[in-house]
Amino acid sequence: MKFDTSGLESAAPAFGAPSLLGDEFSAAPSFPVPNTTDFDGFQKEAIQMVKPAKGTTTLAFIFQGGVMVAADSRASMGGYISSQSVKKIIEINPYMLGTMAGGAADCQFWHRNLGIKCRLHELANKRRISVTGASKLLANILYSYRGMGLSVGTMIAGWDETGPGLYYVDSEGGRLKGMRFSVGSGSPYAYGVLDNGYRYDMSVKEAAELARRAIYHATFRDGASGGVASVYHVGPEGWTKLSGDDVGELHYHYYPVTPSTVEQEMAEVAGA
Amino acid sequence: MARYDRAITVFSPDGHLFQVEYALEAVRKGNAAVGVRGTDIVVLGVEKKSTAKLQDSRSVRKIVNLDDHIALACAGLKADARVLINKARIECQSHRLTVEDPVTVEYITRYIAGLQQKYTQSGGVRPFGLSTLIVGFDPHTGIPSLYQTDPSGTFSAWKANATGRNSNSIREFLEKNYKETSGQETIKLAIRALLEVVESGGKNIEVAVMTKEHGLRQLEEAEIDVIAAEIEAEKAAAEAAKKGPPKET
Repeated sequence: MKFDTSGLESAAPAFGAPSLLGDEFSAAPSFPVPNTTDFDGFQKEAIQMVKPAKGTTTLAFIFQGGVMVAADSRASMGGYISSQSVKKIIEINPYMLGTMAGGAADCQFWHRNLGIKCRLHELANKRRISVTGASKLLANILYSYRGMGLSVGTMIAGWDETGPGLYYVDSEGGRLKGMRFSVGSGSPYAYGVLDNGYRYDMSVKEAAELARRAIYHATFRDGASGGVASVYHVGPEGWTKLSGDDVGELHYHYYPVTPSTVEQEMAEVAGA
Repeated sequence: MARYDRAITVFSPDGHLFQVEYALEAVRKGNAAVGVRGTDIVVLGVEKKSTAKLQDSRSVRKIVNLDDHIALACAGLKADARVLINKARIECQSHRLTVEDPVTVEYITRYIAGLQQKYTQSGGVRPFGLSTLIVGFDPHTGIPSLYQTDPSGTFSAWKANATGRNSNSIREFLEKNYKETSGQETIKLAIRALLEVVESGGKNIEVAVMTKEHGLRQLEEAEIDVIAAEIEAEKAAAEAAKKGPPKET
């Protein structure tokens, strides 16, 4: 199908008598295009193909005791698991955490860059930067690189003068303030568990257990998530790492195997 | 085109930047301006040269807002002031946009002072010929501040200060009479200081007051007259008291 160039032609031939000379000037250069009936849809698909999927599960939520942040630790390249021990919770400074989803290099680099900016802000203004300010700095940077292929889906969690703060920031330049977020391919599964079990008045222990379970369930069903479920807590004094449990072990912790009668018999026979 | 990159502000053999010092001279010729910090209020007062009959006095406001919680008064070249004030206003909004927080008084003072310094170390430009008095409240702590900048780009915080014509006399007066005040007392102190060097009356001074709740408020001429009259009465009473007792003994 030849590209429809009628819109690109100048208005002159419309009222002048069409002449050989006029046609030559007004015809726009044509170029080969893919054989498809839906060119716009094709373009969209092409863009989606190069956009890297965010194979991970990260979550964070605000409750009465501060902010709980949790993530898995698997890195995948298509069907190949490239690592089971990736640190997806990045320590920006002693009172702020960032989560990693999307391109690992992009997330690591820009979080370190954000840490530098936060420190410079502290030195210049003699006060810590707010979570609002830090997330806005990151969002502005990512927006300026919009369309250039950065892949970042991060949550900035921290505790500042106004209390606990949680923002979701992504490489499209979006920035959202919220109480609960989950990012990554495992996020639908994590949301199911998180939204079901969430109460604002949970204790730190209860909140940590909820975060751990949500990550575990996401790793159980999502192939791109796995490894170790890390849970961090951000309180008024800063963040602390609460736990890092292998999700395989967590599975048997939640669903211990009770030997059935057949297995018991076999064990007895073997012993005799 | 060829010569515009040459620096105008260069060191003299004995370490002076004469252009900056000449700029300070321009400031010394400008209108007197005074600023006083109270515990819950900050006051700016500026000497008003008598406005021409046909001039619309409202178009020559000398005390301006940089943001809801920050105001500025200056002494020196008014045209330079306009440029500096516009840049500062943009910076106030830019800061709000990038970190979702209003500027602190110290931040915007540092910015203005930085601008003034830049123009003493760039090619083809001259320093700004003005000193500014910047007042405001910290958006987080609510503490009032008063800062002063000068053409060299230095800045510092003050409890009370003056700049422009006769600033030395005003400063001496403030040093003798300053104490921690609040509300109306602070306004009176500022006006008393200004009236040391300016002819009495609401016509000759412009006073603006900033509080945390109400922002910047320009005082009406009538209000200033009332306060000026009070001050005169107090002065007269003090004079009489001085002369009084010796006679009776």
